[in-house]
Amino acid sequence: MQRYEIRLSGSGGQGLIFAGIVLAEAAGIHDGKFVCQTQSYGPESRGGASKAEVVISDEEIDYPKSVKPDLLLAMNQKSCDSYFFDLKPRGILVVDSTFVRQLPTTRATSIPFTLLAREKLGKEIGANIIALGAIAVLSGVVSLKSLEAALTNRVPKGSEDFNRKALKIGIEAARDAMKQKAGIEEYEDSSDQ
Amino acid sequence: MTAKRSPGRQVLLQGNEAVVEGALAAGCLFFAGYPITPATEISEVMSYRLPAVDGTFIQMEDEIASLGAVIGASLAGVKSMTATSGPGFSLMQENLGFACVAEVPCVVVNVMRGGPSTGLPTNVSQGDVMQSRWGTHGDHPIIVLAASTTQDCFSLTLRAFNLSEKYRTPVILLLDEVVAHTREKIYLPHPDEIEVIDRIRPNMPPDWYIPYEDNSRGVPPMSPFGEGYRYHVTGLVHDVRGFPTQRSEEIVGFMNRLFRKINQNFFDIQQIGEEMIEDAELVVMAYGSVSRSARRAVREARERGIKAGLVQLISLWPFPRQAVEPILRQVRAVLVPELNMGQMSREIKRVNQGQTRIETLNRIDGSLIGPNEILTRLLRM
Amino acid sequence: MAEATKLIHKYLRHDKKFPHVWCPGCGNGILLGSLIRGIDRTGIEKDDIVIVSGIGCSGRLSVYVDFNTVHTTHGRALTFATGIKLANPKLNVIVIMGDGDATAIGGNHFIHAARRNLDLTAIVVNNNIYGMTGGQYSPTTPYGAMAATSLYGNIEHAFSIAELAVMAGAGMVSRGTVYHAAMLDDLIEKAILRRGFAVVEVMSHCHVQYGRRNKMGDAVDMLRLQKESAVRAEKAAQMSEQEMRGRFTIGVLADREMPVYTEEYEKVRKAAKEMMDGGRKAEGEEAKAQGKRRKRENEGQARHAEI
Repeated sequence: MQRYEIRLSGSGGQGLIFAGIVLAEAAGIHDGKFVCQTQSYGPESRGGASKAEVVISDEEIDYPKSVKPDLLLAMNQKSCDSYFFDLKPRGILVVDSTFVRQLPTTRATSIPFTLLAREKLGKEIGANIIALGAIAVLSGVVSLKSLEAALTNRVPKGSEDFNRKALKIGIEAARDAMKQKAGIEEYEDSSDQ
Repeated sequence: MTAKRSPGRQVLLQGNEAVVEGALAAGCLFFAGYPITPATEISEVMSYRLPAVDGTFIQMEDEIASLGAVIGASLAGVKSMTATSGPGFSLMQENLGFACVAEVPCVVVNVMRGGPSTGLPTNVSQGDVMQSRWGTHGDHPIIVLAASTTQDCFSLTLRAFNLSEKYRTPVILLLDEVVAHTREKIYLPHPDEIEVIDRIRPNMPPDWYIPYEDNSRGVPPMSPFGEGYRYHVTGLVHDVRGFPTQRSEEIVGFMNRLFRKINQNFFDIQQIGEEMIEDAELVVMAYGSVSRSARRAVREARERGIKAGLVQLISLWPFPRQAVEPILRQVRAVLVPELNMGQMSREIKRVNQGQTRIETLNRIDGSLIGPNEILTRLLRM
Repeated sequence: MAEATKLIHKYLRHDKKFPHVWCPGCGNGILLGSLIRGIDRTGIEKDDIVIVSGIGCSGRLSVYVDFNTVHTTHGRALTFATGIKLANPKLNVIVIMGDGDATAIGGNHFIHAARRNLDLTAIVVNNNIYGMTGGQYSPTTPYGAMAATSLYGNIEHAFSIAELAVMAGAGMVSRGTVYHAAMLDDLIEKAILRRGFAVVEVMSHCHVQYGRRNKMGDAVDMLRLQKESAVRAEKAAQMSEQEMRGRFTIGVLADREMPVYTEEYEKVRKAAKEMMDGGRKAEGEEAKAQGKRRKRENEGQARHAEI
């Protein structure tokens, strides 16, 4: 696999850096690929802009940050607006539709991660893991088995089931979204003929 | 037939965490530090790792105290280090000079952030290259290394300790914010796979011990306190017994040996990395995180048919002149990208003595120079 | 051989050329005598003693004595001593500082060393002036006094070093003078034997830089002033504030049994080992430790304070 770049963006406290670490560990340690995980952050621990990046490759990685992300996750409107233009042409945009109301492209995949966490997990804290599950399905760069292994190894003892459940919610949500998209694209295709 | 199993292990680590692993592998058992972004993780990890191996972590009242305690611990025979960033590194300069003059082995990690002053605490920079060379007052030799990957953070911390012990000198390891915070899969070797160097100790009777005696190595043996070799350690210029002197011949003898011990071992210290240099017409000379951008730019330039090459400077001081000079003479032009207003390029220009065209690419806005910026320049050169 | 000669031969460095750097009549010579008598009484081996000094007239003391000696940077003697003691707790570390050394440039280290109650002996020679640099005012120069940098009279107020040490949490604090030399031997011996941070403030004089400027006479006159101004602690307790004006207390001012840093750190080591090793046996602990660490990583990468 050539270099694949993922950027996770949102606000501080949404757990994006943790999600990035889990993704990097799954792809790097469990799948055996080369990985680089970087981040940028402001002085505040909560509420400021937060950005985590993961580069995955079969070859040794030179430049550690993303040049043009293949996949962009935007967990709020601001990060969606800020980073959409960086996305590679035909790159995948995934947004948390709980907060992102204005989509810059019709090609975006909208999943209400925070809402799903609130409804199905009872708290918003699992939204990052739900998003992680969705990203894994949408990008296909990391095996779901590795992701679950990396996740359960990284979370505090006693919270494995909660996180496993969150991951599963994300995986299913992404599969549904893909099916829906596939349906639309099929429809669009047929209309062209 | 089974494949030979590697005895080490693969882990996902941040640069700062890899520094700790490198230090522990080198036998470091003492750390004193003061919290500062972006070096704090080194303190944090040390604080729970060291006590578990009967080492000592202490959070001092400031960075001056941190390096003071590190020097003290080293005098007592324990391998010691501290880690900081720009403002703290500035505070350490006086004691750094003490470690040079009293020849106390120790490692100082400086994770460079934007400066001057409080500057850009969470942003990347390479602004301390000249400070690491000349920060403390007076003429002094120093060894400075620069890491560019998480694997480097491990191996160069180990190397910093080895050089420090071998030559009885403080060694500065420069990281930058990107290197310090990038998580990568790295290989942590088994202790049997690595070389660890310890300071040479005296084995003569204590009465015969001359603590700062000149010898062919230029490095006198060093006894830890409390083992019968009672001697004097001072920041004053001293004679071979360690006592202050103002006699011209003793001052000259001492200062010459201080420089000689580094100069005569230059080839042991000098370290650069090369990529696609043999037929290169354009060469990028870079270090730290920027060398990773440069590597990508050079590979992309090659794909476009440009004969570009990369020199990664790993030992910054003493400047790896012998390795760099032949390359300067061989190529058409050199590009030096760095996250400052031109500190290493100044040294490269000095070594070059006007023979080859040298261009600079400087960025001081707290962001890493990207591969495209370097590639664009290469296309125009 | 006279007792004093024996001590000189035993504790002073034969290979260091005397005379020393101190002016005739200086209190540092008396302190040096008290130091080696006090050390001799403790019976501690020379190899097990480290003398760490700062910069200034008192800082030169370390070069003359036959122990493991370090002459550090200005104000930082306590930081070096901290590293030495933590790296090898078996060593007895005695720190010699001046008033400027300990309370101006090294004031921060002084209060924090006291706060940690690390097992060190800190001897602070207080002569109310920066002597070596030529008589500039120090943090213990009295209000109104003349100095090379206060030709119109000092407008700053003096620290009481001993009281500062008590407030900062030192285990033992005492004050002596170079006039009361026998008592000083005793205070230094007690301080070395006391576990924890033990401070001895030594009231001394600098007739060359301080006495001369303030019309206080020669060394003998200044020693006489020490005799007249010093009040033993037991007696001072019965005197009114009025009576104590212009005088100072000598003797042991504070002696408290408190946890010593190195013992506390042993607890940290034990806890760390249990968490790391024990955890591997009974998986729970390690997972808890890692969980905590990972939780922190989850919360954000660095503590971002702009320090």
